[in-house]
Amino acid sequence: MRIICPFCGERELGEFTYLGDAKPVRPEAGTSEDEVFDYVYLRDNVAGQTSEHWYHGGGCRAWLKVTRNTLTHEISAVEPAAGAGAAKVGA
Amino acid sequence: MKYSIFSLARAALSGHKNWQRTWRDATPKDRYDVVIIGGGGHGLATAWFLASEYGIKNVAVLEKGWIGSGNAGRNTTIIRSNYGLPGNTGFYELSMKLWERMEQDLNYNAMVSQRGVINLYHSDAQRDAYARRGNTMRINGIDAELLDLAAVKKMIPFLNFDNARFPVQGGLLQRRGGTARHDAVVWGYAHAASELGVDIIQNCEVTGFVRDANGKVTGVETSRGKIGAGKVGMAVAGSSSRVAAMAGLRLPIESHVLQAFVSEAIKPLISGVMTFGAGHFYVSQSDKGGLVFGGDIDGYNSYAQRGNMPVMEDVCEGGMALMPMIGRLRLLRQWGGIMDMSMDGSPIIDKTPVDGLYLNAGWCYGGFKATPGSGFVFAHLLARDESHEEAARFRLDRFRTGAMIDEKGQGAQPNLH
Repeated sequence: MRIICPFCGERELGEFTYLGDAKPVRPEAGTSEDEVFDYVYLRDNVAGQTSEHWYHGGGCRAWLKVTRNTLTHEISAVEPAAGAGAAKVGA
Repeated sequence: MKYSIFSLARAALSGHKNWQRTWRDATPKDRYDVVIIGGGGHGLATAWFLASEYGIKNVAVLEKGWIGSGNAGRNTTIIRSNYGLPGNTGFYELSMKLWERMEQDLNYNAMVSQRGVINLYHSDAQRDAYARRGNTMRINGIDAELLDLAAVKKMIPFLNFDNARFPVQGGLLQRRGGTARHDAVVWGYAHAASELGVDIIQNCEVTGFVRDANGKVTGVETSRGKIGAGKVGMAVAGSSSRVAAMAGLRLPIESHVLQAFVSEAIKPLISGVMTFGAGHFYVSQSDKGGLVFGGDIDGYNSYAQRGNMPVMEDVCEGGMALMPMIGRLRLLRQWGGIMDMSMDGSPIIDKTPVDGLYLNAGWCYGGFKATPGSGFVFAHLLARDESHEEAARFRLDRFRTGAMIDEKGQGAQPNLH
């Protein structure tokens, strides 16, 4: 697996660290226990195309949102995750 | 048929042409008392214990591929019961005791070899942690010995003891640990269960659950038609989330890939199982001579049954730190299996919120050693509708209540367990 970083170009997998599914959003403070439980512990664990957060620690140190197929490891899109880095490439 | 020296001699005299099938290749009936999804070690062991211990013989095991095609054939064959936390300690020892009598119980040679498992330590802090774990094992009646440097040097003289960064200081040894022949374990359970009347149905993929008006599961839809069931047990580690989703359940589980490796065959070198404590590397030597080893999971969600280069490099670096002499060995084979990584690194054996559906999941990368114990306690749950006392903490709701069993102390981050 190689990831084409929008800032650094195509790099080998060892430069990146995996966080996980990009879909769950941290609940607001004071939300119900059920929502926190759901966010922390439950997973869709998709078999197929999914978007996830990777960190380019061995390169630009930006967080990336990678669209990847968990059945084949095929990567179809890589974009900067929302935040400061995204502005630099106009995302 | 019964296997013995006489059956072997008889078969040899007739040119090995008259062996019977190890198990019947069954076709599905309309209905069973218990249907078990997943014909791996755990599913087959469950069926065997249901039939032999709990008297429930109208049982089917449904396997989407063939017996031995999943993780049963993709592990590193290690058996041990050196766990430190309440819940794990007793359960894995139950499993260890069942390993010790498995071959007699099943009338099948599973090559169970109690050649010892040693976890090496490389710092004072790690020694203290291992001493604590060893003491926990001993007060629970499990064998454990804390070895100092001299004792390890005597036992495994060829290690790189003076590694500048990770000098070996000693190890925690469980002599009753060891290895077993993984394929023979599933063949043995399939053989013995089939002899007691269990139907083992291969190439039969579950595609959905049949529910009655109250939502109770009353059967399964499969690629070989509808099969009715009094109870349905899931033992599909690696695919738990996918099967549970068919019943509308979301699980505290992620599927990750774990790689394993075999070197070319060499003369006898490593007598037992060794683990490198300063990284993650474990190794044993098969009876054919190859070094069988592995390390961390790759770290990203995957159902692909293959891994990537960074982890191969990391695992081999661990091996080289411990035994620089293996650098000349060629890697013969490498493969990946899909692990049910739970949120605390421990398994789940429990009823589900769906009536009639029972869950055996979340084995992370420790499922092989648990095979007989898992089958026994899951059979107990299915037969009695209550948890076996040694599995009472493997609850599905422990993530909500906070009663986690986090042996590694990593928190809800499955790729770190």
